[in-house]
Amino acid sequence: MAVVHFTSHLQSFVNSEPVEVVGETVGAALDAALAGRDQLRTYILDDQNRLRRHVMIFVDGQMIVDRLGLSDPIKISSEIYVMQALSGG
Amino acid sequence: MSNTIHVSSRKGLFTLKRSAAGNWEIADLAFLASPVTMSLADPRTGNWYAALELGHFGAHLHRSSDQGKTWTEVAAPKFPEGATLPDRMPQADGSPNMKPAALKEIWSLETGGSDNRTLWCGTIPGGLFRSDDAGDSWQLVDSLWNREERMKWFGGGKDDPGIHSIAVDPNDPQHVIIAVSCGGAWQTRDGGASWNCCSTGLRAEYMPPEEAYNPVIQDPHRMVACPANFDHLWIQHHNGMFHSTNGCESWEEITDVDPAVFGFAVAVHPHDPATAWFVPATKDEFRIPKDARFVVTKTTDGGKSFRQITAGLPTDKAYDIVFRHALDVDNTGERLAMGSTTGNLWVSEDGGESWQSVSNNMPPIYAVRFVHEG
Repeated sequence: MAVVHFTSHLQSFVNSEPVEVVGETVGAALDAALAGRDQLRTYILDDQNRLRRHVMIFVDGQMIVDRLGLSDPIKISSEIYVMQALSGG
Repeated sequence: MSNTIHVSSRKGLFTLKRSAAGNWEIADLAFLASPVTMSLADPRTGNWYAALELGHFGAHLHRSSDQGKTWTEVAAPKFPEGATLPDRMPQADGSPNMKPAALKEIWSLETGGSDNRTLWCGTIPGGLFRSDDAGDSWQLVDSLWNREERMKWFGGGKDDPGIHSIAVDPNDPQHVIIAVSCGGAWQTRDGGASWNCCSTGLRAEYMPPEEAYNPVIQDPHRMVACPANFDHLWIQHHNGMFHSTNGCESWEEITDVDPAVFGFAVAVHPHDPATAWFVPATKDEFRIPKDARFVVTKTTDGGKSFRQITAGLPTDKAYDIVFRHALDVDNTGERLAMGSTTGNLWVSEDGGESWQSVSNNMPPIYAVRFVHEG
């Protein structure tokens, strides 16, 4: 199964353990990973269910292309990382 | 009289306590390293609230029922699916370019008067939200959001408009006045079911002349109402200082105040509506104290005259700005607290006549609020 990992920075705010998921796209994988985790969802997606501007997603080491539709395909063995962009002060 | 102050800062929420010897000391720091944009201590329930703006991970709201010993994340206001607001850049044909509305920042939090569990929250973008269950859930106030004048609101300093001031009539919780940057002042007398714009007299020098008095594009930086006489309100506006003595039916501009009429913060005495404090700065492209001389101005005659107060404030050149929520007065009118962008925190215990430095080394301060017990 594919695995969705979340940046360790999130753990200080909300439980964000990695989770095994089934799906064909990043969107499906993320939906599955956030199912029943409404609080975690608010850290990753905004009010309109868009990926937050400074959250990045990598699939098997490659940054996803479709940040709006989350349509990038994943494999059954994919490692998906939800990371934060480097910014701030 | 309050012996506790909350300081919302770029690096967390500080709680300061007054010691038996009369010194103000940091007693606690919560949410270390997280920007805290606003706090609220609700004297009706004893609940404390902290609004976080985590940048990467959005805006979040936490509540404590044990005076900050433990905190629990509760629901943050959420714009309904499909909610939009104008983008600054229009379409090629000139029609408004709408963008999805998503919570960026919790900018104001107030209790709903005598109704024990009601809270009001103002946000960026400019939404007003109401909770009737002490923050467990929030509803966007559609009657304001759906006003067509909202399409004319715009951001001042921030990319999008925001609601930063919410005044609830202590004698009538259905009567609420809010202020919007940049969208003027608005009033409801029916608990938020309907609203009227109450910005008559506010003047926007930054607009083209024919738009200067347009009520729905005004940029009040901060609006406060006197709890003892709710018809008396003060505004520190982008364009100057304004005063209303008729329940915001009209506003009178106060001019010729030294050292400047520009600033962000204003506080009104809780019992004496003619007494108010401001923290002036040089407008608008400078935003530092005039001649780098940091002062507080105080009026006790409804704005006819002002005195500059320097006692206890920096004698060297200073570049502190006091943001709109970073000046507060307690319920006696004797104690004031003030925090700055450069991490200075001062307290006055004599009605703002003199100030003591509490810290020179705090993070940039967004808001200070006295905590009152119920």
